[in-house]
Amino acid sequence: MIEVKNLCFSYGSGSVLDNISFCAEPGSLIAVLGPNGVGKTTLFRCLLGFLKPSSGRVLVNGKDVSLFSKKDLAKEIAYIPQSYNPVFNHTVLDCVLMGLTSSLSVFEQPGPEHEKKALQCLQMLEIEKLAHRGSMKISGGERQLMLIARALVQDAKVLIMDEPTSSLDYGNSFNVMDRISELRDRGYTILFSSHNPDQGLRWADKVLALKNGKVLAYGPAKESLSGNVLKELYGIDVSVNNVSTRDGDYTVCIPLGGKNAQNV
Amino acid sequence: MKYRLKLALLGAGCLFVFIASFFMGRYGIDLPTVIRLLADRFVRMVSFGKLGLSQTWTGAQQSIVINVRLPRIAAAALVGAALAVAGAAYQGMFRNPMVSPDILGASTGAGFGAALAILLGFSYSGITTMSFVFGMAAVLMAWLVSKSSRIQTTIAMVLAGVMVSSLFSAGTSFVKLVADTQSQLPAITYWLMGSLSSIKMADLHFAAIPILIGLVPLFLLRWRINLLTVSEAEARSMGIETGRLRLLVIFCATLMTAASVSISGMIGWVGLAIPHFCRLIFGQDYRRLIPCSALMGATFLMLVDNISRTISTAEIPLGILTAFIGAPVFLYLIITGGSAKND
Repeated sequence: MIEVKNLCFSYGSGSVLDNISFCAEPGSLIAVLGPNGVGKTTLFRCLLGFLKPSSGRVLVNGKDVSLFSKKDLAKEIAYIPQSYNPVFNHTVLDCVLMGLTSSLSVFEQPGPEHEKKALQCLQMLEIEKLAHRGSMKISGGERQLMLIARALVQDAKVLIMDEPTSSLDYGNSFNVMDRISELRDRGYTILFSSHNPDQGLRWADKVLALKNGKVLAYGPAKESLSGNVLKELYGIDVSVNNVSTRDGDYTVCIPLGGKNAQNV
Repeated sequence: MKYRLKLALLGAGCLFVFIASFFMGRYGIDLPTVIRLLADRFVRMVSFGKLGLSQTWTGAQQSIVINVRLPRIAAAALVGAALAVAGAAYQGMFRNPMVSPDILGASTGAGFGAALAILLGFSYSGITTMSFVFGMAAVLMAWLVSKSSRIQTTIAMVLAGVMVSSLFSAGTSFVKLVADTQSQLPAITYWLMGSLSSIKMADLHFAAIPILIGLVPLFLLRWRINLLTVSEAEARSMGIETGRLRLLVIFCATLMTAASVSISGMIGWVGLAIPHFCRLIFGQDYRRLIPCSALMGATFLMLVDNISRTISTAEIPLGILTAFIGAPVFLYLIITGGSAKND
């Protein structure tokens, strides 16, 4: 469980995060939405203990994040970066094994039982066939799943994903989000940032909408993401509609344009 | 299993080249004598001179094998292994397969130290010591500059390394300018070309200690070097103190480079090319890369040194030969974008 209490953060004189409070319950999937540069990444960096808040607290299972050693924090929270641009062509299995760092002592190296565990995580995401491929030679979607596998092997119950689908095509975005929601069903607590409100509506339990460094809305996706909130977030008119499909009813956003659109 | 076999082959190849190197040179010698002499030397070393094999060899044979060829071959192996491992470690740390152990100025610093020592008329061991000290000092300077810079650390470090390198090479040029053209200038020039021809057992002992002090931690921590190849944020989120690990890797790799250069002079390209070949054969994982780079670097430099002392009556400096081999490799790296195959 992650609790954020009155978190403020500023780089020098510019305030980035202003009095942010929310609580991520165990086993929930939370989408963090907001315009470019609103501080989503900064928020994640505070949660991961990389940045020290100027005021306020981040509590992980009731304990302040600054009190954890790097190693102990890695056992609680895993981070999945936006993209992975390897310089060296490590195999997928080698990359996933890196996630074991926090469970190994300094001079210890992963052994056969660790490899087995890494393969199980790859299996869970159905990419075990890639284990011995080079991480440079797989597709963006496969690489994102590899990063998720690396986080799973870390055994942390909280996963923080920085725009997990930003560089993926339509189909791969869907597949990765589907996998992420499966992980929520297995009990992981997941925070992901996104530029696509539809992802929040479709998959997330809750949505955290940030605007100008403040929390604009926090709550269940369908209640929080009204047309007004979306207009305030992105500066365009958005119609939020219910659509019936073969697989059931979904709520989707349709951008209608607005002030900016009329100027074009 | 396949890896073990390849490693065993590489190890056997290294041992073969080591033994075979004793037969290179104009003084002919037979295999049993070489083996017995080496065994005798080894037994004496282990028993602190109390035990030894019964002497079946002549004094001249002993002098050639033990005093001339052994230090030279052992130095080639040690320097080759050290430069290759230091190169591999630096490459991982800077996330760049085109980095060589000179990147932070260790070699140019060591070169300046040696030139200065020759100018000041120091003894041979004085030259070695000065060279080592200046090699370490150059990297310390680069590190201190990058520490006080506000740019991102690795970029600042590379830039500081380039600056420190050019500073020391300017210093070397100045020393050459004021050196005595009859004796000192040729000595400095030869030293900078890199050679193992005048190596003695004492030099080997001098360099072996820092090289081992650098090699052992890198060997033990080799799996963790993999973590330095991913971004800072990722590595930290996986629970590693990247700053501390990075500093340790720099220290160890620099210690090995400075110690190598101090006894062998400037031998380029080994630290760049050998890790690359190891990646092609053994993959990217540092668990394999470190031991394989050590073995392949040792084998390579022993081979090149054999060429250097047998190809013509006058010795060709090692640095020239390694550049002839290394430059095309670098070109190949640039053309292929520095990425290894290994689907």
